[in-house]
Amino acid sequence: MNEISQGLIQAFWLVLSFDSELITISLRSLYVTLTALTISTLIAFPLAAFLAVTHFQFRQAIIATLNALMGLPPVVVGLIVYIIFSRSGPLGVLGLLYTTSAMIIAQVIIITPLVTSIAHQSMQELWADYRNLLISINVSKMQSVGILMWDSKKALITASLAGFGRGIGEVGAIMIVGGNIDNATRVLTTAISLETSRGDFALALALGFVLISLAISVSFATHWFGKTERGGLQ
Amino acid sequence: MFPLRAIDVKIEIKRKRLIGPINLEIKQNGISILLGANGSGKTTLLEAIHGLRKLSAGKVEWTISNSLAAAEQAFVFQSPIMLRRTVAENLAFPLKVRRISKSVATTEAMIWAKKIGLEEKIKQQAVLLSGGEMQAIAVARALITKPKMLFLDEPTASLDGATKKAIEDILISASSNGTKILMSTHDLGQAKRLAKDIIFLHNGIVEAHCSKEKFLAEPPSKAAKQFLEGDIVL
Repeated sequence: MNEISQGLIQAFWLVLSFDSELITISLRSLYVTLTALTISTLIAFPLAAFLAVTHFQFRQAIIATLNALMGLPPVVVGLIVYIIFSRSGPLGVLGLLYTTSAMIIAQVIIITPLVTSIAHQSMQELWADYRNLLISINVSKMQSVGILMWDSKKALITASLAGFGRGIGEVGAIMIVGGNIDNATRVLTTAISLETSRGDFALALALGFVLISLAISVSFATHWFGKTERGGLQ
Repeated sequence: MFPLRAIDVKIEIKRKRLIGPINLEIKQNGISILLGANGSGKTTLLEAIHGLRKLSAGKVEWTISNSLAAAEQAFVFQSPIMLRRTVAENLAFPLKVRRISKSVATTEAMIWAKKIGLEEKIKQQAVLLSGGEMQAIAVARALITKPKMLFLDEPTASLDGATKKAIEDILISASSNGTKILMSTHDLGQAKRLAKDIIFLHNGIVEAHCSKEKFLAEPPSKAAKQFLEGDIVL
């Protein structure tokens, strides 16, 4: 209990004193996760809508695979990205290992199946409602994809938040591909891991509280701007 | 575009016949009523002619290509399908899909909102309105593009008398403005009020297609006679 209260006090102090290292690490965490989330949503939303409105041979297999990949172990993703971008790996020449770019790539791989699956679930339900109407007024498949994304936007915000939560709290993959390098690739989760291993539980807890506050703030801000809870409509 | 011909149209699901073989010729003018008891295949036939259902056999022919004919049709479903948008956006939707300018679409939406008495609710979410209001929106949305052919599947089945009358008035007006209407119903009174000609469907087969007067004076089959007398049609 003492360590938790100390952690809370230290967290407040770090925030109130505008600790430069904390701000840098927090901003880096946000940069990595928000960039990965942006790329993921650009892939996931159209893919989810396309899977909802089309029928082709391997559609069910793709959906089942995406659902299975929601629980993709981050450490394994990290390992695979590490191998690909290591010097002797196929993309080693790009020199991305131990950079935030590699961390973003790892997070995109982790987040995309989750966001796609959640988005697909809501768009599939909407498609069941809309299908006959859209077909009857000659809406093309491409237009249907756009309409589904637009009318599911609140559910897509929820899917994005789930992706953000998975990304911002992720440590295994980004530790492997980022290396937790001070002033370069250290983010909140890897910093917490480091401070815990050093035995500085108060600082680790302080960083943990900042991480939780950050996640909650983003969630609140998203709901506020997205107006997802107004009018009781999804 | 007319006459519309259904030639040996048959629909089966898992080798079980739903309708057909059906041969039908529908001319341009007036309101044709598809009459029959529940389960006689009215909805299936309407959906087949409109192209919502894949034919197991036979074909539907217009005097223009099917793709051109599809652009001139609209369909109103028994349970109104509302987009998760405002009344105005629902009304303007088919125009937006056809890339009509926003100002024209908005003006048309306002005109139709007035016609159906919903100008005060133009900014409300359509899904929050009553069943009758939603069905009125569905009919107005179908007519906003001035289709040459309008299909309606028991559009007033669950509505009160006043709402039913309002929708019937809109349909009579649309018909007099050149829109061909093919509407299914099991409401004999409605058929008497609206029909120019009656198509009587029984067990998935067209048992009669003749003028309303002839159908009422000389019921062409045992089932038709039972239906007119209000008996249970098996």
